[in-house]
Amino acid sequence: MIDWPLVSVIIFLPLIGALIILFIKEDELTSINIKWSALLATLGTFILSLILWLQFDYSNPSYQYEEKFRWFDDFNFFYHVGVDGISLFMILLSTFLTPLCILASWNNIKKRVKEYMLSFLFLETVMIGMFASIDILLFYIFFEAVLIPMYLIIGIWGGNRRIYASFKFFLYTLLGSVLMLIAIIVMYRNTSSMSIEFLQGNFFSYNTQLFLWLAFFASFAVKIPMWPFHTWLPDAHVEAPTAGSVILAGVLLKMGGYGFIRFSLGMLPEATEFFIPLIMTLSIVAIVYTSLVALAQTDIKKLIAYSSVAHMGIVTIGIFLVNQQGLEGAMMQMISHGLVSAALFLCVGVIYDRMHTREIEFYGGLVQRMPLYATVFMIFMLGSVGLPGTSGFIGEFLVIVGAFKFSSYVVIGAAFGIILSAVYMLYLYKRIIFGTITNNKLADILDINTREKIILIPLAISVILLGIFPNLFLDPMRLSLELIITNYEIANAK
Amino acid sequence: MLNNIYNIFFIPEIFLACSSFVCLLFGLFLKKNAFRQTSNLAVFVLLLTILLVYYDRESNFANYKSLFSHSSFINFFKILALLGSIASVIISKDYFLGIKLKNFEIPILFLFSTLGMMLMIASNNLMSMYLAIELQSLSLYVAAAIKRDSISSAESGVKYFILGALSSGILLYGFSLIYGFTGSMNFDDISFYLSKYDNLNLGLIFGLVFVMVGLAFKVSAVPFHMWTPDVYEGAPNSITGFFAIVPKIAAVALIYRFCLVPFENFYLEWSQIILFLSIASMFLGAIAAIAQSNIKRLLAYSSIGHIGYILIALVAANDDGIKAASIYMFSYMIMNVAIFAILLSLKVKNEYLINISDLKGLSKSNPIVSLSISIIMLSMAGIPPFIGFFGKFYIFIAAIEQELYVLSVLGVLASVISAFYYLRIIKIMYFDETKSEGIINFQISFQSKIILSLSLFLIICFIFYPSLLINISASLTI
Repeated sequence: MIDWPLVSVIIFLPLIGALIILFIKEDELTSINIKWSALLATLGTFILSLILWLQFDYSNPSYQYEEKFRWFDDFNFFYHVGVDGISLFMILLSTFLTPLCILASWNNIKKRVKEYMLSFLFLETVMIGMFASIDILLFYIFFEAVLIPMYLIIGIWGGNRRIYASFKFFLYTLLGSVLMLIAIIVMYRNTSSMSIEFLQGNFFSYNTQLFLWLAFFASFAVKIPMWPFHTWLPDAHVEAPTAGSVILAGVLLKMGGYGFIRFSLGMLPEATEFFIPLIMTLSIVAIVYTSLVALAQTDIKKLIAYSSVAHMGIVTIGIFLVNQQGLEGAMMQMISHGLVSAALFLCVGVIYDRMHTREIEFYGGLVQRMPLYATVFMIFMLGSVGLPGTSGFIGEFLVIVGAFKFSSYVVIGAAFGIILSAVYMLYLYKRIIFGTITNNKLADILDINTREKIILIPLAISVILLGIFPNLFLDPMRLSLELIITNYEIANAK
Repeated sequence: MLNNIYNIFFIPEIFLACSSFVCLLFGLFLKKNAFRQTSNLAVFVLLLTILLVYYDRESNFANYKSLFSHSSFINFFKILALLGSIASVIISKDYFLGIKLKNFEIPILFLFSTLGMMLMIASNNLMSMYLAIELQSLSLYVAAAIKRDSISSAESGVKYFILGALSSGILLYGFSLIYGFTGSMNFDDISFYLSKYDNLNLGLIFGLVFVMVGLAFKVSAVPFHMWTPDVYEGAPNSITGFFAIVPKIAAVALIYRFCLVPFENFYLEWSQIILFLSIASMFLGAIAAIAQSNIKRLLAYSSIGHIGYILIALVAANDDGIKAASIYMFSYMIMNVAIFAILLSLKVKNEYLINISDLKGLSKSNPIVSLSISIIMLSMAGIPPFIGFFGKFYIFIAAIEQELYVLSVLGVLASVISAFYYLRIIKIMYFDETKSEGIINFQISFQSKIILSLSLFLIICFIFYPSLLINISASLTI
């Protein structure tokens, strides 16, 4: 095993990269150095996180690579980090997507390159830190600190309505998370512990659980987002720069799902049981409603944003089924959505960089000029639809299998959403890729270049890998998920 | 006990009083650079006073027949007030020279006001409390109006004076009622007398309410906050900085001591008043600040909001509350020192910065300054990982310990509203496009730079070693 603090190094390596960048003076010549430093720091982080996966002990359901230091003298707050099967892939997702984001912004971020790279590196540190925290206060600090770089990324490098979108994003999510702060303090007051591991033992009375559950729900439902708390998402996605959308869809939405699994299921099992009908209803409404809304969109990014809400609906259904298939499906769906929607936003970025518009009407017949682009877009589009052989299929299939144990109405709702997702994605693909070029401005559009290939091909490979060898991902997380389900069932059997 | 009469000069308050007179004479006899030299001397005097306060912890000599009291809480707040006034004397020096206001009396007014605050924090008797408040306020009235040829400064001085005198009158009337019904002015005697009764009689309730009104005025809690934005706006910037940083510390310590020492057993009576003041201050501070275009008015409303949070910890009235208040007050002081150190060094077209919209483009012309302002603003909004978050966190721990769930939820909601205007400043610096560059100048003296760097260091790095401050504040007893 590894005897050096691997997790802490992974968390803080991007921050060290950021500190180095802070001391590079920015001008025309050095901005390339800034980009390379950022890329190397994030790639280094990615490679280290692969070690995390390779050395991971599949037979251990609890935390591994633990590090624990006293942090506050008066209360039991610790700097306590570690990785288990649930957080492992969330961390990998973050470290995998960030270098791609840096590459995706290589040429199209022209102003304030230094601040941009600083924001991304800081963002990576807090994302990884959040998934690796075992102490809830530490978790909360990282959870809220995510808002700072994301606010700047949307606000400085975003589109026309960026100010509105950045404020909406910040205040909406802040409102959710401050209620979580109160819940955390109440939990601490009841148990004198902030350890996520320790608190998964059903310590709270039924009524306390209900209130705590609602407070956590406020935070995670906004983050994931669930209907009707999703309205910040389309604005934030549309206005954010490409890389911002990628991180937002790829990782930040997963924070909500991760929180539901860890906190709602793990710590408040009886309240979860009580609120399952609510979650199922909201999720089905989300799936059907947002799919229909996606169908009516004229902006490509907005369409993908709404499809994210629908996909996250599948995730919440899977989580709150609280059985092995449901949870594994939800995890797979989160990983898959992290890759697929990130890739779709990158694909939109490719044509946006060339034409500076995201109107669906503007495009058409791209296959004539960009065959390679049409191919990779096809892979991701099918991944989003959930075609067998792609990552999307595994998640949706497992969730639906799990849902049969719960209620066939949920299955009908989820399946209807999946059909609708095929409708809007295929319709989108038809409109922008197929046909002949009618718009003269598209006559000279170039196919993807080497940099874009380097970004999109690893994503395409992992989407297919995930679809063909799901056990590669399911095995490490299986025991951790089983532990959560066992605790849940014991608590509710009483 | 002390057997040498000269030791009396080593009592911090007496030392400070005597040294202030020495400073006055010193300034009077200097021909050149009187202001600069007096300021330096004032900083030196204040530093010595801190040392004396620190080493005076164990002695009971300063009690003066229990006119004043002695405790770790008092010493902590005294040191906080002294640190705050050192910082504000240093950061305001260049500003005064910049606007050619070179009266050497200014640092001396600060010294006398600080003396008043130290006595205020330590007072254990209604009479000494009143006199200390007056000493503190009189110096501040003069300071607010020190720029005699400016109408706004004179207006703010007069406004402050009239409203301050009114509140002092109300306070005094409250004192007289309390004295009349308990027969004593001493906190301990009042507490002893009241311990015989289960509830307060009508006269005492009136007395308590009047005193609360007076104290609420001093901490500028809503609905007695009206003077704050006007005085902040009218006074010269550096005087505003002093107002924002130091008197609040003393007033908060006083209101804590007044509620928790003589009226300790009548929690229900005063907590209702404080509860209302707290909620109203948090929300008014948050909402009214949104519409401000003047940075000083914005900071005035922001300080009203912060007072609301501190009062939450007073409503909690437990050991955690005292701890929370001291941590919050420390973070409040540090953040205000940092923001005023920057504001007093920013010039727009040779005028000191007033309008928030003038910050536009700062992130391009001076990235480090705008980054610092952003960090301070996020910290004030209570966003982790900065120190402001931990202040709020401890406040909510104290409140939840006392099962004040509704108050806590209202508190976090107000913090979300207030996040809006703090973010707006970041938005103006970073998001707004600007064509004209370089109209903002940032000139800062070496000493202010040290103060600024130190406070920024504390804001950012508190998270890495919180125990240092927390252990101190956990050991405080009122």
